[in-house]
Amino acid sequence: MNALSRRRFLRISATSVIAAGAGARALGAFRDGPGNHPGGIRRTPTFCDLCFWKCGAIASVRDGRLWKIEGNPLDPLCQGRLCPRGTGGIGAHSDPDRLRAPLLRTHERGEEKWKEVTWEEALEFIAAKMKGIAASHGPEAMALFSHGIGGTFLKHTLKAYGTPNIAAPSFAQCRGPRDVGFRLTFGEDVGSPERTDIANAECLVLIGSHLGENMHNTQVQEFATAVGRGARLIVVDPRLSVAASKAHHYLPIKPGTDLALILAWMQVIVTEKRYDIDYVSQHGFGFEAFAASLVDYTPEWAYAETGIDPETIRATAREMARYRPATLVHPGRHVNWNGDDAQRSRAIALLNALLGSWGRKGGFYQPVTMDVPAYPYPPFPVPKKAKVDNPGHKYPFAHETLTTGIREATISGAPYPIKGWMVYATNLLQALPNEAETLRAIQALDLLVVVDVVPSEMAAWADVVLPESTYLERHDDLNPEYFREPFLALRQPVVDAPHDQKPNWWIARQLAEKLGLGAFYPWKHIEEYLEHRVSAAGLDYAALKRDGILRGPAQPIYWADGVPAEFDTPSRKIEFYSTQLEKAGFDPVPRYTPPVSGPPGSFRLLFGRAPMHSFSRTHTNRLLAGLMDENVVWINEAVAARQGLKSGDIIRLRNQDGALSNRIAVKATERIRPDCVYLVHGFGHTARGLRHAFGKGASDARLITRYRTDPLMGGTAMNVNFVTLESAEAV
Amino acid sequence: MSRNIMVIDTRRCVGCQDCVVACQTENDVPSGFCRDWITETARGEYPTVQLEIRSERCNHCANPPCVHCCPTGASHVHERGGVVLVTHEKCIGCKACLAACPYDARFIHPKGYADKCTFCIHRVERGQDPACVSVCPTHCMHFGDADDPLSGVSRLLATRPHHTLLPEAGTKPRIYYLT
Repeated sequence: MNALSRRRFLRISATSVIAAGAGARALGAFRDGPGNHPGGIRRTPTFCDLCFWKCGAIASVRDGRLWKIEGNPLDPLCQGRLCPRGTGGIGAHSDPDRLRAPLLRTHERGEEKWKEVTWEEALEFIAAKMKGIAASHGPEAMALFSHGIGGTFLKHTLKAYGTPNIAAPSFAQCRGPRDVGFRLTFGEDVGSPERTDIANAECLVLIGSHLGENMHNTQVQEFATAVGRGARLIVVDPRLSVAASKAHHYLPIKPGTDLALILAWMQVIVTEKRYDIDYVSQHGFGFEAFAASLVDYTPEWAYAETGIDPETIRATAREMARYRPATLVHPGRHVNWNGDDAQRSRAIALLNALLGSWGRKGGFYQPVTMDVPAYPYPPFPVPKKAKVDNPGHKYPFAHETLTTGIREATISGAPYPIKGWMVYATNLLQALPNEAETLRAIQALDLLVVVDVVPSEMAAWADVVLPESTYLERHDDLNPEYFREPFLALRQPVVDAPHDQKPNWWIARQLAEKLGLGAFYPWKHIEEYLEHRVSAAGLDYAALKRDGILRGPAQPIYWADGVPAEFDTPSRKIEFYSTQLEKAGFDPVPRYTPPVSGPPGSFRLLFGRAPMHSFSRTHTNRLLAGLMDENVVWINEAVAARQGLKSGDIIRLRNQDGALSNRIAVKATERIRPDCVYLVHGFGHTARGLRHAFGKGASDARLITRYRTDPLMGGTAMNVNFVTLESAEAV
Repeated sequence: MSRNIMVIDTRRCVGCQDCVVACQTENDVPSGFCRDWITETARGEYPTVQLEIRSERCNHCANPPCVHCCPTGASHVHERGGVVLVTHEKCIGCKACLAACPYDARFIHPKGYADKCTFCIHRVERGQDPACVSVCPTHCMHFGDADDPLSGVSRLLATRPHHTLLPEAGTKPRIYYLT
């Protein structure tokens, strides 16, 4: 699978960068500029870190104080407009609950009792433990969990140390099934930012994707553009999301049955010969067998599964075909729902293939990037053991490391023991399903290090907690994004860290020194590294510092403009029939299996996003908490009435295994089906250090004791838990 | 003459509250207060529900009860653009305006004066849009001169169905919601 790299993403010679316009020069201020004087304003370009989208931002310091953050107009991702998290980023800097100094555990794990130590002491402690682990078990016994661009240098140090076990929840707990489904079909991932051409779609289909609440800036901007110019909108969701409220067709589907709907849509489009026949015959492989497999998936059959009226299924299928190829069936992002998620994602890929949208305007474009060479580091040692997460390639199509696979190996000690975890900027206790398993794994560790900005639930269990400076106080690696047009973005400090927090590059470099791996850091300060890479690309580092963004000339992104129609699949075609799946013993064409159902009287637990929060990371940011302080549980109005509940009543949720939630307020609403309830993810904090967020709202993660593992790629489906509504006094 | 108004496209708005936090940082709104906010109205029964999401704030009414009731003249209509403002130094914090405003748009600032949306007049006078308008990722908000028939806001009102809030209050609000 590794052959399916990003090789065909177009790269451009970075020397041909567009000169920044007058707008850029208007920024023209530096860190020691006028903002430190009364009445003076200093504006520094950087890029945001409130989520992983990495929007270009300009932070203003007035009278020596961080005042506001606005979008960088030069940034192709945000076009000068940030989302509420980015605008509220100053709350991350001023958060009173931030970690301030390195902490060393003094009591049992999880008791959240530490002593403050110096960086020297903390790093010496970690290095000594890591050396011990390497001596006893080999360096492969250390694992790193890392989320976001900030993890670049810790990954570098851990690779230099010699471990292959580096993972992020963004694969097995988020977008993994989607990327596998699209790889199996088109030979390439959807990528991040997604290569979805929402801005030019004439018909947009969202399946569970709640753009607007899920606030990935570019996508939301393009979504609003599409809505504004009257693009047809079809939304499938058990909850009437904000996006659904704008739809021409809202399909209130029974949770877990999406694949039945997609198969029926394809059945209609194929049977009525509404697909792009030329596209399919030119680029498709195995279409006949695929078409034959659809015969029984009629809208009438799908009605029994999904609850969607057959005529609505036909009408929406015909509408999709009418606007093809500018019909975009969005692949979603967090798609670990039912356990058949890679196959469902593959069905979405196939539906797009029928509509001819891959490679076409209004469908999926071909991302381009700047060719910025990697820093010329010495080669890493070659680990003696294979990655621990997927023994025997049990999940043959997992092309990234499985967090949950590392967790399993940590608990079982097989295929070999894992004795140390380093966790960077990811709250695994809220991100991974089944908290108890994560805690069991933690108990098997000799070392748990957490590097973060706030004292998360994960930090509560750490032996050592290292306080990282926020993105506003540090440099990070460059971002030569894969996007509609090539550009390069720089993150640079706007203000100083308020206490003894350090940037991750410094932490990673110091740790490497202490491990005797100093040779892997030929540079002393990150600016040497940054300047080296930027110069090696033939670009001007001073201009990048001044403007925050360097843009390259536009490149073709559609087949029609010269992008070659190539597919990194075994057949070199779009695989309607997958011989890879067949050989591995899986269905070569997607086949429907009904979702698991819950105990009588229970409600399926669904969760999603709110626009002003990221994961469980932003709830102590006072500006963002001011917009949403806690989550509420959405319950269908009639169901609530039957249970004697109204909005604002406080209840608890209990799941099928007896797990009980925090107290949470009811939102009785006409915006959700009667057979499910919905929470915004990430609330219900139990870490005492998160003073502002502690105990507010309920944690979906606590109720996700069960999960179904995707047999293709090891993703953990989480929409397989069911809850009952209990009184606030329940214990 | 000019007549500043705001036109907000509820079709595009996703209710993300970026306008709220942008106002708070731009104007140093004290913690726990806001000059603008999001309201959602849902009508109907699942699954046939009409949802309207609105970014709301002071309506800068052409017939402003807050100005009429102000005993000190602190609340006033700005000479250019008809923006309703409060002169902090003249305000005695009597809350008459808070009671008079049908939109609940005002609050008492911890420093003792009545506070509310200013249409970011400090930005408008420099030729910029109000912070909430300039930050909105969905481009759902428009600011401009209703007396200029060629302005963006005038053209939107001429071509799109719209409504105002509590027109029956007779305040002649200047924030228009496109539907």
